[in-house]
Amino acid sequence: MQEILFYFFAFLTLLFGFLVVANPFSRNPVTSAMFLVLTIVSLAGLFVLLHAFFLAAVQILVYAGAVMVLFLFVIMLLDLKAEERLRIKTIVALEGLVAAGALLAIFFWSLSTLQAPLDRGEPPSLEGGATNLGKLLFSQYVLPFEIVSVLLLVAMIGVVLLSKKELK
Amino acid sequence: MTISLEHYLAVSATLFCLGLLGVLVRRNLLIIYMGLELMLNAANLALVAFSRFNNSPDGQIFVFFIITVAAAEVAVGLALIVALYRKRQTTHVEDLTSMKL
Repeated sequence: MQEILFYFFAFLTLLFGFLVVANPFSRNPVTSAMFLVLTIVSLAGLFVLLHAFFLAAVQILVYAGAVMVLFLFVIMLLDLKAEERLRIKTIVALEGLVAAGALLAIFFWSLSTLQAPLDRGEPPSLEGGATNLGKLLFSQYVLPFEIVSVLLLVAMIGVVLLSKKELK
Repeated sequence: MTISLEHYLAVSATLFCLGLLGVLVRRNLLIIYMGLELMLNAANLALVAFSRFNNSPDGQIFVFFIITVAAAEVAVGLALIVALYRKRQTTHVEDLTSMKL
């Protein structure tokens, strides 16, 4: 059952990821944004399979629910009539495929010729619930936690400043 | 066959290369940005897989911070794109050539 679910979610993730960058349905970026939302949801399914329940919920709430909504707001704010004019040249697509394909080949080659094992060999028993992560987050990682809150404040101030009408 | 760490890493690597393909090939700023988000998500998947199979929660803590920082980065990046659009009236990278020699 686990294997069926893994292959299902992995296939969905890769399919939707491919459709984000190369969808044949329309030239509108809204279609790509919708497929990115579906990719993020399939990735949350993979997180659940890895017993990272808190992260799966955070991924759907924050990434799919806030970040992608922000993306869609901005896409709809901009006027995109001029998107339909230029098509991607074949040579550019071929060069991109060669570059990304070479990197993928290096990844798979390194995965297949491993000298040392990647994991410790013990059976996986980590449960990523909110309790376990919360205990770590507020004891050992409390400094990055507070710094990230300052980072969010700085980002918000930056966004408000960048959105002003007259930028000197 | 049991799903091991290598399966998850293969999915993560393929997703990363798909995002990279999007950044290289597409000419719309917003879709390039979506390719960047795909690459971030691929790294998140690799970290969670490593954390699970090594029985160490540090990977999941790191992913928590990556999601937060990615959200802040998307907000700032989209504000920049909107400001750029207000100046140049385009989101096509081939029209933004003012730094070319």
